[in-house]
Amino acid sequence: MILMAWAILWIPFLAAVAIPVFFLERPKAAGWTATGALFTSFALSIALLAQLGIPAKPVESSVPWILLPGVTVEFGILINGLTLLMLLIVTGVGSLIFLYSQEYMAHDKGTPRYFACLSFFAFSMIGIVLANNFVEMFIFWELVGLSSYLLIGHWFEKPEASEAGKKAFLTTRVGDAGFLLGILLLFGWLQAGGEGTFNFLAIENLLDGIRRAGNGEAAFLLTVAGLLIFLGVMGKSGQFPLHVWLPDAMEGPTPVSALIHAATMVAAGVFLLARLFFLFSVSPFVLAVVAAIGTFTAFFSASIALVQTDIKRILAYSTLSQLGTMVAALGLANPQAGIFHLGTHAFFKALLFLGAGSVIHKLHTQDIRQMSGILRKMPVTGWTFLAGTLALVGIFPFAGFWSKEEILMTAWHQNLLIFSFLLLTVLFTAVYMGRLFAVAFLPPEGGKTESKKKEGDLSWLMKGPLVVLGIFSLLGGILPLKQFVPLEHDFHGPFFVTLLGLLAGTAGFLVTVYLYHFQPKRIRQMAASLGPVTKVLEKKYYVDEVYNALIRHGQDRFARFCDLFEQIVVVEFYVNGTARATRWAGDRLRKLQTGRVQFYVLLFSAGVTLLAYGMILWNR
Amino acid sequence: MEPLVLLLLPLVPLVAALTLIFIPREKTELFRKITLAATSISFAGTVFLFVRFPLDPAGTHFIFRMDWVPALGISYQTGVDGIGLTLTLLHALVSTSGAFISLWIKERVKEYSIFYLVLVASIYGVFTSLDLFFLYLFYEMSVIPMYPLIGIWGSQNKVYATTKLTIYITTGAVLALAGILSLYGAAGLQTFDLLAIREALNVQPVGIEYERWITPFLLFGFGVIASLWPLHSWSPIGYAAAPSAVSMLHAGVLKKMGPYLMIRLVLTFLPNGARLWLPLIALLATVNILYAAFAAIHQKDLKFLIGFSSVSHMGYVLLGIACFNETALTGTILLMFSHGVMAACAFALVGFIYEKTHTRMIPDLGGLGRKMPFISVCFVMTAMASAGLPGFSNFVSELLIFIGAWRDYRWPAVLAVLGILFTSVYLLRAVRKVFFGPLTRDWKGAEDPKTLLARLPFLLLLGSLLLFGFWPEGLLRVIQPSAALLLGGS
Repeated sequence: MILMAWAILWIPFLAAVAIPVFFLERPKAAGWTATGALFTSFALSIALLAQLGIPAKPVESSVPWILLPGVTVEFGILINGLTLLMLLIVTGVGSLIFLYSQEYMAHDKGTPRYFACLSFFAFSMIGIVLANNFVEMFIFWELVGLSSYLLIGHWFEKPEASEAGKKAFLTTRVGDAGFLLGILLLFGWLQAGGEGTFNFLAIENLLDGIRRAGNGEAAFLLTVAGLLIFLGVMGKSGQFPLHVWLPDAMEGPTPVSALIHAATMVAAGVFLLARLFFLFSVSPFVLAVVAAIGTFTAFFSASIALVQTDIKRILAYSTLSQLGTMVAALGLANPQAGIFHLGTHAFFKALLFLGAGSVIHKLHTQDIRQMSGILRKMPVTGWTFLAGTLALVGIFPFAGFWSKEEILMTAWHQNLLIFSFLLLTVLFTAVYMGRLFAVAFLPPEGGKTESKKKEGDLSWLMKGPLVVLGIFSLLGGILPLKQFVPLEHDFHGPFFVTLLGLLAGTAGFLVTVYLYHFQPKRIRQMAASLGPVTKVLEKKYYVDEVYNALIRHGQDRFARFCDLFEQIVVVEFYVNGTARATRWAGDRLRKLQTGRVQFYVLLFSAGVTLLAYGMILWNR
Repeated sequence: MEPLVLLLLPLVPLVAALTLIFIPREKTELFRKITLAATSISFAGTVFLFVRFPLDPAGTHFIFRMDWVPALGISYQTGVDGIGLTLTLLHALVSTSGAFISLWIKERVKEYSIFYLVLVASIYGVFTSLDLFFLYLFYEMSVIPMYPLIGIWGSQNKVYATTKLTIYITTGAVLALAGILSLYGAAGLQTFDLLAIREALNVQPVGIEYERWITPFLLFGFGVIASLWPLHSWSPIGYAAAPSAVSMLHAGVLKKMGPYLMIRLVLTFLPNGARLWLPLIALLATVNILYAAFAAIHQKDLKFLIGFSSVSHMGYVLLGIACFNETALTGTILLMFSHGVMAACAFALVGFIYEKTHTRMIPDLGGLGRKMPFISVCFVMTAMASAGLPGFSNFVSELLIFIGAWRDYRWPAVLAVLGILFTSVYLLRAVRKVFFGPLTRDWKGAEDPKTLLARLPFLLLLGSLLLFGFWPEGLLRVIQPSAALLLGGS
């Protein structure tokens, strides 16, 4: 049984290794190897669930990896409800995306490379989910970063793509540095206490004891460690201000975006929050920071999404916003709701990206202003996209409604300010999705349709995953996703909170669709009257500009300084300077060697005289 | 059997070099073949020793001893502990790959091969000698072939570079020699036998006052070759000028002699002096890491970039030594191995690119990924190894150094973690510019190495990084007992 869990991890890895070795010239075989491997992992995940049920006690298995006195690191797996749920999401949604990729990437030059990286991505993400200790978690954490670097930069000849890959890697690495420092701090502290371990369960037990003891110094240290580890979450899950890589990551192939946004990568951060909730929850301050940053990110990115015109960028900002919502839920001490939303979001966000991918695949544009009437032209894509949209907006009975409602209820209980911002986020979400849908998917104003061309040639390899995900977006809320994660507190609330959330979503969506579809002139006037605001939003609050300035004026200037210092001070002044001084001294000394005996005698006698004087003075 | 094999490691290349003298210079192919054969034999011998190395009991094994000048207590004595063995393995990997890379040399193959083999032999000598006299002899012997190797077969400002490099390293060696001679006197045993001196000093340490004054001679003397800031400036320019295989050996292995001898002589013989001076080394090492990383960000020449990168990485090695504890020391030795292999691979790759494109300037290059997929993949992997990505042994070694440094040198450790960030900045910028993006020119001759033999050096180096990245215990179990023993004696 435990062997099965190990197999879930290593099968995609084997695929990632086998493809470059055997199938470099055979893209079809590469694609089916990768897809088959992940489907096998998915099947094994289901089998594992069937065998274990939702385990009351975590199941653990490990082999030693580093065995030094005082520092032991194992390589292991830790299975509890959370793990099982994540395994199903990662392998399940992942498999559908792999399947879809076969058609989407069929005409690409680098298909085998693409599938090798894709398998490696799945492997790394499964590793994060299964890891039973901090070091292993960090290892896979970094490998996810590597895979995203390779996949976002898949079309490496395109400068934007390779730039975006680099940006993703470096930005998330800022967070990773914090994560590593947090691990070091925590381990150093445990080691000083004589209990140096990286194991999650062991640390959880230790912390339980410490929490009961109520030690002030420990509380401070755990707060710092929690904040540092949260930096890692901010990097991977795109929380402000480390969110800048995610929208740019749209330069990758669209299925990669789907994978990053739904099943892997960004989910890793939220998962980590849930996995290490025992650590974060020690410090109320850390939770408050988590909630604040999550809420801010949710609101902030939803507002940017309002004005974007690139279909993938709108979805990217919506992911940021939804992730913020999940992070906020965890900050509000409700991991169950956060993970619930992670699950439903995985369904509808994968669906939305794959839908967008189909549209881009057919129309060869990503600008929503150049699209119209997709609902009629590509009915399968269009209707499933609508299902995803409604789920994202949170309309009853679609999946997003259930999970979002839980988070709103939690916020209502915990903090009204956060609640109001999240409610506003729901409204914004409805508006930008309404706009996207009205502009791109409904026929142009007046309803006259040009060609009634059906999508026809889109194969079932692409349509199949859309339909499956569409069904899950509709029914996902009814699935017992919540039962995988234990409830920390019970957040019951009045019915009108639910109603408020539903109203914000439904009304916002309908009004926007109406306005954009029937009153486009009014919209243009409104946009014009809000000129400066729109400008700030279009510039994404100038965050990228600030970073670029920091890099140019901070990092690069200091780099230039170091280089100049090297050239002028180190090399010129004190190395070549020493050489020159030596030569100068040599030249002077050479003059003493005149070759005339008289001169030498003179010097000799002068020396003797001086010595004599010296001895006399010394002896006195 | 094993002591004999160990004895042969330096002798095989040395005898090969002597043989080459008598072969007529037209037989270019023969020189190449003999070089390859000699390095490969030593490589095979090292692997054999690595497999046969007994893990229990910890300590120095495979000892061979032959008296030389009994009056002064000089004997030719060889043997390795886990530390020496790991570095010998590093040298075996790099020198053999370097011999393959040396196939690119077209001019004066005879002289090149002779110097190269002498260099290889002397480094084997350093890592296997147990006698202070021969240790120093081999150490100096390695500097001599370096001078012509860079001065004749090098490129770009080569005379300045090689003169500077030689003067620097010789000065460092002289400083260290003063320390060594004084140590010889202080031990009062009339022996150069490292094991005997160690025994004696354990029983009766030299006085703290003495240690205080003698330690910096050794630390800074060896610090020069370890490119300790601010004694590092020979390094980037030296590597830039040297032919690829020599850069590989120098950055990969020769540079590691500095930290190796610091560990062997200072940490072992002068622990009290070390405690006084190591905080300064920790400080300078932190400067190494950050300063060189930032300087690397600003480089335009790929070889300079990697040169500064190696200066930056030596900062981690020096920081690990400064920690003076078992975890960090184990990590340091693993890092010396990992960085050595990584740096060698980087220089081989840059050399290959230069062979094909005739430029090393980052702004000129672009889009090579399409033309040279194999080289690009290797370069990205090397860059990732350098940036401490898990999967490569560099990650494990750096992690151990951080853990070891955390207790006594917390802020240097924090800065060192941030240093990794800047490492990824300059490496990914270079990768992005050189391999990605559109082709800047059509790069007619630019193509991958075709045969498996031509790919072998890259596969060998990266393969070993991956092997010990997945299975760090493979090296750690060899290193750790020796590191513990070395520190335990103090």
